[in-house]
Amino acid sequence: MTCRFINLIFSNGMKHIHRLLLIAFFFTCLTPAFASVSDEQQHETHQESHKKEKFEPGNFIMDHIADAYDWHVFSYGDFHFTAPLPVIVYSQHSGFHIFMSSNFHHGHSSYKGFELAKEGEYRGKVVELVDGHQVRPFDISMTKNVVAMLISMLFLLLIFISVAKTYTRRKGQEPKGLQAFLEPIIVFVIDEIAKPAIGEKKYKKFVPFLLTIFFFIWLNNMMGLVPFLPGGANVTGNITITMVLALFTFIITTINGNKNYWKHIFNTPGVPWWLKFPVPLMPLVELMGVFTKPFVLMVRLFANITAGHMIVLAFISLIFIFGEMNPALGMGTSVVSVFFVIFMDVLELLVALIQAYVFTLLSALYFGMAVEEHH
Amino acid sequence: MGLVTPELGTFIWMFIAFASVFFLLKKYAWPSIVDAIEERNNSIKEALLSAENAKEEMAKLQADNQEILKAARRERELMLKEAKELGDQIVREAKSKATEEAEKVVSSARKAIENDKVAALGEIKKQVASLSVEIAEKVLRHQFEDDQQQKDYFQELMKDVNIN
Repeated sequence: MTCRFINLIFSNGMKHIHRLLLIAFFFTCLTPAFASVSDEQQHETHQESHKKEKFEPGNFIMDHIADAYDWHVFSYGDFHFTAPLPVIVYSQHSGFHIFMSSNFHHGHSSYKGFELAKEGEYRGKVVELVDGHQVRPFDISMTKNVVAMLISMLFLLLIFISVAKTYTRRKGQEPKGLQAFLEPIIVFVIDEIAKPAIGEKKYKKFVPFLLTIFFFIWLNNMMGLVPFLPGGANVTGNITITMVLALFTFIITTINGNKNYWKHIFNTPGVPWWLKFPVPLMPLVELMGVFTKPFVLMVRLFANITAGHMIVLAFISLIFIFGEMNPALGMGTSVVSVFFVIFMDVLELLVALIQAYVFTLLSALYFGMAVEEHH
Repeated sequence: MGLVTPELGTFIWMFIAFASVFFLLKKYAWPSIVDAIEERNNSIKEALLSAENAKEEMAKLQADNQEILKAARRERELMLKEAKELGDQIVREAKSKATEEAEKVVSSARKAIENDKVAALGEIKKQVASLSVEIAEKVLRHQFEDDQQQKDYFQELMKDVNIN
């Protein structure tokens, strides 16, 4: 019975790792009661086949890390509370559509010819069925990551505009409240990142961008660790998000690149001439470096945050893998798993800050290279 | 793999959101925060510097005061010394003057006494002379009545004169 319950939870798309963690924790006392309820419901619902699926840790982890069209808040037995989010798609076949993701009924039904792909290349994405083929429409839905990102943007605006007001109001006075909490961090970004990386003369121009990315990344890393709304979305572990951040760094670096910077790329000083002519080996390598730098920024942040989430989810999965073999084994594993998950979460708190620091520092270094004068 | 494939929709949302938040923060938040921090840092630096200056000035003032005090003390000592000297001198002068005066008085007194003495002696001499002349007259008158006696007496007188 316990095994079925486990399957039930997962097949029903229980989204939240930390919610799972709680359930896993109180496993022992709750299981008998739950199991009986689910047992009865199992026969009544039409998702019978789903529930008998084996627990697949790969899919389970991917589903939690990946973006989603709705925002799962909590599940209690067979009851799911999910915040629906707007799906905005443009299809070449049927035109422009806006509707709420609740119309999909957690992927169980299609709406206006659109459905959530269950398998294959577009797994979990909105697809349109055209002649029996799944076609991906132009999709600008406000997904979970987008909404979480917008919420964090709102937080950033609220926090920093109010702090800026406090600064204007309390001119020359000692910092207070939120301002006092943020000031050392702001000063750290300016004095320890911007000044040494870019140089005393030119750092000022880049400070707004560095502060913005630092606080955006840090806030979203932290919110990714919070298991309930408005946290829980894996924003900085989304390659698209990190791509945009890296793109901004790339654009700013390229725009601000001075003569010396381009000379270093196309006519690298201190390199023998035969490396530049007739085969422009060095310029090619340098030019590649221009693109690999932001690319590495993108991948590093994405990989670090995603990996952290994956490890936490893997530990949770262990409970259910062992639970499937034997309920008692699952219970035993849960103690160890929960301990490791707590350890990982604490580590992730550190990683959240370190990754924000690293991204900001490297961006600053690239800006520094772009504006460096010939010496 | 879906995980590492960028999504165009998310890209568009993120790009617009990030660009606008960056713009808004750059316009309304960061300048006032950064400027305020810098301004305060400068004012703290200035305050510390001026405090240091004030301290130095204070020390200098104190040194000056000490100097002035010392000078005043020296002056006072000098003045006291001078006054004492002056006093001494006055006393000395007064003393010498008094002595001089006294001497003058004494000498004039002595002179007067001398004069009086001389006058008195002269008077006495005169009287003695006249008395002795009178007496001699009387004696002579009485003596020269007898010749022998006259001779004896003369002899006797001559003896006395010889001793002189």
